[in-house]
Amino acid sequence: MSGSLQTLSDFLQCLIVGLRLGSVYALVALGYTMVYGIIRLINFAHGDFIMVGGYTLFFTIPAMLAVNDKLPIWLAVIVAIAVCALVGVTVELVAYRPVRKKGTNMTALITAIAMSLFLENLAQAIPAIGPNYKIMRRMFSNKAVLNFLNISLDWTTLLTILIGASVMIGLQLFVKKTKLGRAMRAVSEDKQASVLVGINVNRTIIITFAIGSGLAAVAALMYFAQYSTIMTTSGTMLGLKAFVAAVLGGIGIIPGAMLGGLVIGLVESFTTGYISSSLADAFVFLILIIVLIIKPAGILGKNVGEKV
Amino acid sequence: MMNKNTKLKGYLVNTVALAVLLMAFLILNANFKTPFYSVVFIPSLWQISYLIILAASLNLVLGFLGQLSLGHCGFMAIGAYTAALLSLYFERAGIFTDKKAPVFIVSILVSLLAGGLLAAIVGIIVGIPALRLKGDYLAIITLGFGMIICNVINNLPFAGMEGLSKGSAAASLYKTGLGFGNTLKTKYAWVAIVITILCLAAMFMFIRSRFGRAIESIRDDEIAASASGINVSLYKVGTFVYSAFFAGIAGGLFACCNSSLSTASFAFTNGSILNSTFIVVMVVVGGMGSLTGSMLSAVLMFLLNYVIKNVIKASGMPLFVQNLFKYPMLVYAIVLIIVIMFKPKGILGTREFSLVNTIEYIKGKLGKKAVKEGGSK
Repeated sequence: MSGSLQTLSDFLQCLIVGLRLGSVYALVALGYTMVYGIIRLINFAHGDFIMVGGYTLFFTIPAMLAVNDKLPIWLAVIVAIAVCALVGVTVELVAYRPVRKKGTNMTALITAIAMSLFLENLAQAIPAIGPNYKIMRRMFSNKAVLNFLNISLDWTTLLTILIGASVMIGLQLFVKKTKLGRAMRAVSEDKQASVLVGINVNRTIIITFAIGSGLAAVAALMYFAQYSTIMTTSGTMLGLKAFVAAVLGGIGIIPGAMLGGLVIGLVESFTTGYISSSLADAFVFLILIIVLIIKPAGILGKNVGEKV
Repeated sequence: MMNKNTKLKGYLVNTVALAVLLMAFLILNANFKTPFYSVVFIPSLWQISYLIILAASLNLVLGFLGQLSLGHCGFMAIGAYTAALLSLYFERAGIFTDKKAPVFIVSILVSLLAGGLLAAIVGIIVGIPALRLKGDYLAIITLGFGMIICNVINNLPFAGMEGLSKGSAAASLYKTGLGFGNTLKTKYAWVAIVITILCLAAMFMFIRSRFGRAIESIRDDEIAASASGINVSLYKVGTFVYSAFFAGIAGGLFACCNSSLSTASFAFTNGSILNSTFIVVMVVVGGMGSLTGSMLSAVLMFLLNYVIKNVIKASGMPLFVQNLFKYPMLVYAIVLIIVIMFKPKGILGTREFSLVNTIEYIKGKLGKKAVKEGGSK
């Protein structure tokens, strides 16, 4: 094979991996951005929702196959979505809401950090989970869809990208077209005014948490389909990078999170492919810093001047 | 309004109190030789001293300047690696051969100072672009810088892979240079204490100066502050750099009392109480804008962690209690949530503990009591 063709196929391979990573980051970033948009809180526990989703998948898949082994494995994600949504809503009701009423932004942030610690360590304390890693069952077939010019595209990658894209389109339609979606946007813009037009703010916040955490479960399916080891801390770094993605795109803006996720995924994949895998994280943060210095509100964010 | 006389009295009282405490400690140190003392108490003392410096220095940025920084451990990492590498260089150059020689103390101090200064220089490089942002954006950009610092250290040929006695990148051991065993920790315990006191004194003087009042006004209203002639960005970067300097010193102390260095200790989150998030937690729990609060909460957090980890296990508690405390960070998280729910402003809020005021308070109480007793006779 000629050199230039090899270069091209390397490039395309990086692009495919980047898109796969990017779809996972984008889904997690959506959860961050929706919660941030509505209550102005960096939900540090969001990364751990992914872990919750992952372990739910881990335990549901064998149970489901025991009932009927003809079912497709990924159907377990429905249970994971439900569990994650429940955990998200519980965290909001038990921890965030009481603190939001009493404390400042900073205390809410500390509560989020504490919740993240709590979830991670609670999972470790459960005997069936424990501190050691577990191996997840393969969820999608690892057969290649196409193998062309040294580019391999397997089912996991293809399905990850497709699921990511369809969830994002669905969410965008939901937020733009439905009554609930409009209520969510209204609350994130102005809480007092949305009370005046008859929106139940607390209910909207709960629904936002449920949707955001549900997205984390979908992200868990996509992530653990690729990397099969699962630990109680496996959501932390993923969550952190997804948060970076949300800020990169402009936090609080839903298309921003999608764009940011894809950018982070591509940067990571190209750095790993062309420069060094151990420097990939540094480059992700470097891109963030450069974007924030040039455009402090993120790629899609609007700079709002301060009123005196 | 505090007049000059009470200010002078305050300095005097505090200096005398500290001198008495230090003397008492030195006498104790020379005579007290039980295993508990050298294996448990002294290592804890070292840990507490760098935790105190870290929490107090972050409080300058978070509590007094009002800017959230999530990358404080990055500066600590710079201080730790600089101090360790420099002392290693000193030893290889033959400046000190014996860790008991007096010249070793000089090289410790030089290494610590160099760690602090390098951290401050990086603080300038990070602070100038980062402090243009505010709030959550500043938080995430400082987090990013913290991550990059650790990542770069891991990839440096002389720090990560081979520099510190040819360890692996993840856990590079250094057997020489700094890195005290328990005997040396006991011998040089006064170094940790004196450095902690000096750092805290420098921070107290900073917040009570014109500079300190200026940054508090920036915290309260940035626009009003700049309208009254305060150069906001200069003061912001200045405070950030000052705080980074002390984080570097704390890193140097950390390098002294650990026999191995790994950037995992300075990560954004990890399973222990030393990471950038937990320093923020210490500051908030102690009270944003209270240096004594930070000191108090650093000690409390350490003790809580220590008690949960070791004492409960060793005590003759019933089994179910021990099982409950098998996961220290779980209990930790619950305690943290409870503290935040009931004391959202932190333990001390913005108040400072002051020896002079306490003495006055006790005097007042005693005086009242005396008057009462006198009246009833």
